Amino acid sequence: MSNATIDEICLVALAEAFRGDGELLCHPMGPFPVAAGRLARASFEPDLMLTDTIAYAVVGTLPLGATVGHPGAADEGIVVEGYLPFRTVFDQAWSGHRHVVMGASQIDGHGNQNFAAIGDYRKPKAQLLGLRGAPGNVINHTTSYWIPNQARAFVDSVDVVSGPGYDRVAALPEGSGRFHEIRRVVTELAAYDFETPGHTMRLRSVHPGVSLDAVLAATPFELAVPENVPASRLPTAEELHLIRDVIDPKGIRKHEFR
Amino acid sequence: MTEDEVVTELSSGMTIGIGGWGSRRKPMSLVRAILRTDLTDLHVVSYGGPDVGLLCAAGRVRKITYGFVSLDSIPLEPHFRVARQTGSVEAREFDEGAFYLGLLAAVHRVPFYPTRAGLGSDMLTYNPELKTVTSPYGDGTELVAVPAFDIDVSLVHMNRADAAGNGQFLGPDLYFDDLFAMAAKRTFMSCERVVATEDLLAEGSVHTLKIPRLHTDGVVEAPGGAHFTECPPDYSRDEAFQREYAATARDTDAWTRFRADWLDLPSHDAYRARLADRADSDGAEQ
Repeated sequence: MSNATIDEICLVALAEAFRGDGELLCHPMGPFPVAAGRLARASFEPDLMLTDTIAYAVVGTLPLGATVGHPGAADEGIVVEGYLPFRTVFDQAWSGHRHVVMGASQIDGHGNQNFAAIGDYRKPKAQLLGLRGAPGNVINHTTSYWIPNQARAFVDSVDVVSGPGYDRVAALPEGSGRFHEIRRVVTELAAYDFETPGHTMRLRSVHPGVSLDAVLAATPFELAVPENVPASRLPTAEELHLIRDVIDPKGIRKHEFR
Repeated sequence: MTEDEVVTELSSGMTIGIGGWGSRRKPMSLVRAILRTDLTDLHVVSYGGPDVGLLCAAGRVRKITYGFVSLDSIPLEPHFRVARQTGSVEAREFDEGAFYLGLLAAVHRVPFYPTRAGLGSDMLTYNPELKTVTSPYGDGTELVAVPAFDIDVSLVHMNRADAAGNGQFLGPDLYFDDLFAMAAKRTFMSCERVVATEDLLAEGSVHTLKIPRLHTDGVVEAPGGAHFTECPPDYSRDEAFQREYAATARDTDAWTRFRADWLDLPSHDAYRARLADRADSDGAEQ
């Protein structure tokens, strides 16, 4: 039996979102998704391009929190392979050679995501991050979401649409939404996709130790549930080594599970 | 020029573009100079950080055109949060990339640039003046037409400049400062150090000379002019100062003290002198 903890199981489930991506810019936002991207490249997707979270694309596996200039980078085999200032990142996004992972304060069963505001946008009860890059990312290339608080974030209907879901995109004229893909949603309970005829959210796997009832109790909208729901896979010994000793020796990934 | 000379060129009601990104290389000495005047009713165009927050907190802003307003290490600018939640400013929010196209359209003197960014999202819902266009090439693709940003004056902060207004960045990212400079009717540039033209290549390659003097109308030498935002390689963000600033959004007394200590000063030199005193007293306490 693996001694993997829930944060490590979630990290692997999120890394799995990048499986098959090949050579593109893997651009996760926030420490936990960054760790998942680095894990995917260090194990099963070696051709991904990843940044130091500033402006440099790097070869080698950076630990969370370190950037290109950190002491010892050269000893760890950290080498700059490209320059990606923000303007280039937008060009990459619109070219489609990019897969982002963003957070969501709210998400509905069609994948409409909100991290802009709670309440009436014009005078919000709570101003959140704003639309940020979500509208342009989601309509132009593959997007996944990391949501460590499912019961709060899964809603019938979001207050503001930052990243459009499948129903919104289906309503656009033909051609406008053809690069839209929400690959995966990973929460602290389970992993989801939209691989249903109507592109509504489907339960893909339930994390070990979590019951189907707990998943459904934290889901207010209708969720497609296959007859046999697999368990999310456990990390391999090599993945546990990468997570614990290389990518996140300080345990930053655990902060979202307090 | 001095900061105070620059702000005499501004007037209430103007649209002011501000370079930098979040809490990174912001022309803070110029923003503080605005706060020394009675300028008001401003329309600020910015990848916003404490520039937007300070101007909102001081009641100088009517409208903000923005891609985000963030302090980076503090994800949401706290004074901007207050302004939004009290409805004290008009918000014109763009997707971060769409914002870039609004600048670019202004630079190229075209009325708009088309993009998919915004389609299907509430960017269009809450910016009812935004229009879409349909491709004229028979494919039927509908796109957002991001309008050119009409900016009266842009303010940017560079690492180095010469007296003629050639600007140089030495950090990891220019952000969109060249576009701010080109998009505006007039641009004023502060910099860490004014150097002789023949010394511009002493610290960086020719690729760092990104703002030609064609687009600048005045240069201010302002060492530490981006403080408390970061200005690498000259200095990193003053996180302790930023935390102190952020806390003033939750506490009227703290804001009053902050104003007295850091804003109600006669010049950038006075601000720098006070920062030096603060560093000395911090050192004495440790």
